Amino acid sequence: MSAAADPAPAKGSAWQASAGRALNLLRRHTTAALLVLLVCFVGGIEMIVPGTVTPTWISNIVLFAAPLGILAAGQTLVMLSGGIDLSVASVATASAYLMATHSSLGSVACVLWGLSVGLAVGLINGVGVAVLQVQPLVMTLGTGLMTQGTLIVYSQKMLANAPRVPSFIQSLGSGKVLGGIPIDLILWAPIALVVLIGLRRTGLGRLFYAVGDNREACQLSGVRVWQVLLTDYVLCGLLAAVAGLVIVGGTNAADMSLADVYLLPSVAAVIIGGTSIFGGRGGYAGSIVGALILTVLNSLLTLLDAPEPIRQILYGAIILILAAAYTRLTD
Amino acid sequence: MTSTEILLAASNVAKRFNSVVALKAASLEVRAGEVHALMGANGAGKSTLVKILTGVFSADGGGMVIRGRERRFRSPAEARQAGVVSVYQDPALVPDLTVAQNLRLARVRANTVREWLVDLGIPELDLGAFVRDLPYPVLRLIDLARALASDPTILLIDEITAALPADLSERIFGIIRRWRERGRSVIFISHRMAEVSALCDRATVLRDGLTVGVTDTARGSEERIVELMLGYEVAHAAAAGSTRLAAETAGSVAPALEVRGLRCGRLLNDVSFALYAGEVLGIAALEGQGQEELFDCIAGVRERDGGEIVVCGRPQNFRHPADAIGAGLVLVPANRQQAMLPQRSIRENVALPAYRGLRHWGLIDMSAERERVQQAIRRLQIDTRAESALQRLSGGNQQKVMIARWLASEFKTLLCFDPTRGIDIGTKRQIYALVRELAAAGAAILLFSSELPEIPLVCDRAIVLFAGRVVHEMAAAHADEVTLLRASHGLVPRREASA
Amino acid sequence: MTATDQTQSPLDTGPRLGGLRRFMHHHPSLVTMPALLAISLAVTVAIHPEYDSFDAQSLAMGAMPLALAAAAQAVVLISGGIDLSVGSMIAVCNVLAAATMEHATFGESLLLAAAICVAGALLGAVNGLIVVFSRVPDVVVTLTTGFIWGGVALLILERPGGGAPEEFLQLGAGFLVTPWISGSLVLVAAAVAIIWIPVQRSRLGLLLYAVGSDKAAAFRSGVNVELTRFLAYVLGGLLSAVGGIGLVMTTGIGSPLAGVYYTLSGLAAAVLGGVSLTGGRGGIVGPVLAAYVLTLIPADLIFLNIDPNFGQVIQGSLIVLVVMGGGLVGLLQGRKR
Repeated sequence: MSAAADPAPAKGSAWQASAGRALNLLRRHTTAALLVLLVCFVGGIEMIVPGTVTPTWISNIVLFAAPLGILAAGQTLVMLSGGIDLSVASVATASAYLMATHSSLGSVACVLWGLSVGLAVGLINGVGVAVLQVQPLVMTLGTGLMTQGTLIVYSQKMLANAPRVPSFIQSLGSGKVLGGIPIDLILWAPIALVVLIGLRRTGLGRLFYAVGDNREACQLSGVRVWQVLLTDYVLCGLLAAVAGLVIVGGTNAADMSLADVYLLPSVAAVIIGGTSIFGGRGGYAGSIVGALILTVLNSLLTLLDAPEPIRQILYGAIILILAAAYTRLTD
Repeated sequence: MTSTEILLAASNVAKRFNSVVALKAASLEVRAGEVHALMGANGAGKSTLVKILTGVFSADGGGMVIRGRERRFRSPAEARQAGVVSVYQDPALVPDLTVAQNLRLARVRANTVREWLVDLGIPELDLGAFVRDLPYPVLRLIDLARALASDPTILLIDEITAALPADLSERIFGIIRRWRERGRSVIFISHRMAEVSALCDRATVLRDGLTVGVTDTARGSEERIVELMLGYEVAHAAAAGSTRLAAETAGSVAPALEVRGLRCGRLLNDVSFALYAGEVLGIAALEGQGQEELFDCIAGVRERDGGEIVVCGRPQNFRHPADAIGAGLVLVPANRQQAMLPQRSIRENVALPAYRGLRHWGLIDMSAERERVQQAIRRLQIDTRAESALQRLSGGNQQKVMIARWLASEFKTLLCFDPTRGIDIGTKRQIYALVRELAAAGAAILLFSSELPEIPLVCDRAIVLFAGRVVHEMAAAHADEVTLLRASHGLVPRREASA
Repeated sequence: MTATDQTQSPLDTGPRLGGLRRFMHHHPSLVTMPALLAISLAVTVAIHPEYDSFDAQSLAMGAMPLALAAAAQAVVLISGGIDLSVGSMIAVCNVLAAATMEHATFGESLLLAAAICVAGALLGAVNGLIVVFSRVPDVVVTLTTGFIWGGVALLILERPGGGAPEEFLQLGAGFLVTPWISGSLVLVAAAVAIIWIPVQRSRLGLLLYAVGSDKAAAFRSGVNVELTRFLAYVLGGLLSAVGGIGLVMTTGIGSPLAGVYYTLSGLAAAVLGGVSLTGGRGGIVGPVLAAYVLTLIPADLIFLNIDPNFGQVIQGSLIVLVVMGGGLVGLLQGRKR
């Protein structure tokens, strides 16, 4: 029984086919495409003000991108499982503040104090989302407000014990070694490695993707979803706390709105990097490039000497365009 | 009475989604007063064609002529206005609105809908009830009534009998026949050959996005249709293995799974049976006789209200599917959407259960995993071309991946809940053959099927569920369709004379 | 199970709920929210028996922008979307009003107010267009447009300033009939009555709920989903504009950064007020009342002589406790999400 003969290809379908193949290639190597975009931005900067792109400039970019990159790591983890964490900024600020007010206890102790905030808030988020099935957007919204409010009250009580940023934290946030490698990169790199390998090569990583893709399917396969989600939000909280320590090292002043400016960019970096906001798809490699792109973008806008309002508008517009291009690609 | 006036003629319809070609050159011609079947294996392009005809998608090539005028629909609203209305597998009803509000949404008069509902057997439906609160079969009937009330020229019905009891299906067929007598046409999509022969006048068969034939559906045309759907060689090769040998059940060995007095919810009242290793036990039942609850309880998805589940002689208390899986009981659900990870690869889907325990959260042994997964894929003959995301595979292949998942992990008892629902014939036969193989290798298999002819083909024994109880048990040799159907309705089988 | 309990017909539609019970079953927040507000007011008066019309005025004035932000968010949420730029839209309209009305007459200010409402609707329209046509998830779109509108607000007024004619300010800061009914209260009620109620009763209202409840089913029922979602965002912009104008009435100036707080708090009030994040359920009244409850809290704290900074802690904790409690109840009822 012979099938009907294939009809002659419609006009223009050859072009369509090769465009389709190109898109397919792009889709599978989105991180590479993003790197190309990053290089374009950097090239753009060099063209606008020749001589800007020097090794020092590059290492500064990495220095500034690291806190965002670490925040984006946690955000990637929860977005992969279909959630979001709007409390990361408050956690980062609180962690920095707590560390600073306990700096008299010595390096290890004060860092532990800082991390404890991340652990605590992460646990609360985890219990809410994983056990009580609250929607992550609302849950983390609430805990974010709660954390920030608690911090304000705490800071009032702490007027006596003024916060002090220890010198090792300062060097973490703003120092460099070996003639240009930012110290926070020395922290970011291992974190990035662990997250990248963790997502690709561990059972837990697979489960983050799986839970984000279809929670019920995981249940039917015997996965205890609440354990996965709880771990997810705790990890995100811890990473936010680490990011806070790096941020405060960069600014050397622990104030109440320290990390606020990082909240939306942490989400933006992950989105630009190709992780779906609904979960089940994406990864940290893209988020890293996303964080770098956002930092370079910031630098570009500063270079253009644009007034604050214009910078904000351009920032938003460019992120929107990137996200839209990305959505077209993966649809 | 079929006239020769052509109501709808679609020709050379082509559609691609990015790089996947769903339709190459499909054509369909429907005459006035005709019930026309649209058939094809999963992935052949049927649902894409239907969606183009009803305005959900737009075609990339080809055209459509309705009543002599060329049409191109950009939305279901446009298609509705042109008189082309469809009734899909899942009812197009908004859950948080009332039935009346849903009717207003589609601009359909409530009274007309009421009349159709009377014909369909639910005369007293409260139109102020919220859709969310109504049971699924009722929603399907409302959907159908709503479609009929908009007085369509061409009605498309997609797998409507898939979740309905037999008597209801009969009513619907009656209504379709009456519709035909008015000179309207129906495009009917179903995987149930018997329905197609009984109800339809002609059938168009799609394969790989092309129309490969149009034939009359008189008696005896079934094999021809299967040939067209599969291609000649495959159809005849797959026929082997469908003759069942009557195996005797194991004698004094302890059953792999025993259920005693199981109760759950409103529908499962008191079920007891035993399942032995090396056999396939079939369950036949009409809609809503408790079979879903039964499987859910055994698989650990729902907690039972009473009774016992005994695995290899030890009573069990399942509170989560992980418990059941730990006891060797694994579930393949009817609805693939429940169990699939659509955006993940075949490999990740197959390997999923391996990471359920905390101690498996660490580093994965990649080569061992690859080996395990490949073995399972080969065994099931899964077509791995579109490997990037499971959602790109055809329905049949997706279901195979769901089964492969358990082949790659360990299990003792396989629970299959209507595993071949909505799957094309070629894949069905492969799955039957696999089930027999697994049983021969020592697994215990519990199989519920909504298609009665399947049961004697695959199973060694069969039990029938009615009103939440087991009302009859028989060997495969005696499990012919008539006996099963009668028992499913609670009628005592004629042969059951002496004890 | 009785012996006569035979097979359950699959067509059994269950017991008919009486009209009122069914209403309450599907709109629980219309019962709980007024109750919660009544309790909060009772608690307030208990703490501070000298609660007078001046306090009532402060409450009304303070809660008004939040109430409108909550209303704006609620409309978008009901249609199945979300708008994280509400606060920024309020800011833009706020500074636009303060900048243009500074030297205007009362009559002119009214015209300007109307024009600004249109401007707000346009902002919402831009949101809607981008959400519908770019197919980027609405969270991402409105997150970025929030940035953009924030920048626009800064463009109009770099620093807090501007003003409006005295009579205009009196509309918000004054009262109607009795000092207990603040102008701000009337404004909120008017906005709800004029903007929302006609929509809710019309076909558009039906479409909003349909699209929010199940986009695919609505589409297949012949609904123009894209137009409906677009209009939801337009309504959100309109309500935000009213909020921005109201803010001028109560504070007397325009402040470009005023909006930041209202986005997330408006969302919180909407959720507290019973609007489902997934769409299709809830109304406007609940969120508006929730806004008043949330605003009472810092006021109560002041009466109790507690540090008002605790206000944010309590608001955040309230949200967390309410949603966790809701989750707990759902869990105990064995409800699947």
